[in-house]
Amino acid sequence: MNLSEQHRDIAPGDERLDGDEHVEGIGSYLIGLGLATLLTIVSFFIARTTLVWQPSIPVALAVLAIAQMGVHLVFFLHITTGPDNVNNVLALAFGVLIVFLVIAGSLWIMAHMNHNMMPMDQIMQMQR
Amino acid sequence: MSAFQAAAGHGDANRLGLDPGWRDRQPLAEHAARGAVSKRIIVGYGFWIFLLSDIIMFSAFFATYAVLVGQTAGGPSGRELFDLRNTGLQTACLLLSSFTCGLASVGAQAHRASWFYGAMAATFILGAAFIGLEAREFADLVARGAGPTRSAFLSAFFTLVGCHGLHVTAGLLWLLTIMAQMFAKGYRADILRRMLCFSLFWHALDIIWVAVFTMVYLMGVAT
Repeated sequence: MNLSEQHRDIAPGDERLDGDEHVEGIGSYLIGLGLATLLTIVSFFIARTTLVWQPSIPVALAVLAIAQMGVHLVFFLHITTGPDNVNNVLALAFGVLIVFLVIAGSLWIMAHMNHNMMPMDQIMQMQR
Repeated sequence: MSAFQAAAGHGDANRLGLDPGWRDRQPLAEHAARGAVSKRIIVGYGFWIFLLSDIIMFSAFFATYAVLVGQTAGGPSGRELFDLRNTGLQTACLLLSSFTCGLASVGAQAHRASWFYGAMAATFILGAAFIGLEAREFADLVARGAGPTRSAFLSAFFTLVGCHGLHVTAGLLWLLTIMAQMFAKGYRADILRRMLCFSLFWHALDIIWVAVFTMVYLMGVAT
């Protein structure tokens, strides 16, 4: 593989394959299915268990979900860190940034408003 | 004159829209000349951008749900409503359908008919089972008086989960059209690009479902 070929881009979802492509292609989906199944089972188990300190459960669930999304991205969507995937990863990174801003920003602002605003019945009292 | 200019100046009939398939017959389209990018990569990248914008739209629904999850207006909360067995079945259906969709795209690339059609049919059946389970759950909730009008929490729940369900339904229709096109037109490059976009869409829906079952169902029951 020469240099210009190495730095060619690749479509998201496509995999760069060496050798027998059918076996390679299925292999990544099989690994992905196995890891995703494992993470899903652990998530469902953790949600109902009483073995661990209860406040830690949502954190554990969030970590497991992020891990599973990573598994899906790598093994199903074939988003990798290779040089052929830079465009796809940059677009993904921007999307993740916006998702983070929307969710975290909404929660932050609404929690502050909840905290700083007078309860509704008192506002109604003042308007009488 | 660069290869791109040569391709761009390729006849006026193209610009008049008289020959809709002309792009696929361009020498540039399938085999990238040095320095140019193949059409498959451009189409895939463009669809990837669309998927990310779709995920951003979902993030707004997730944010709404997270803000409203406690506002039950004296009605039932997620802990009383959600049945994790049903959610587990749905998750299994969608995860397996994501896997069979991957098999179908490998089969399409390899031009193996039985492989492609079998995997697509399995994907359709699993996706339809997912939608059936979700419809049953929604009907059950409404019958128990916990419809979307009951509380802000339930409005947000039905909006978020229903929007995902609508995406899956649209994906099922798309799946059928791709099977029909592949059957009618064979493993043509443009049909294979549609298959690439469909598999991206389907895998992305599974990623969104991971967020849904974690944030809505598991966290709703755990806390």
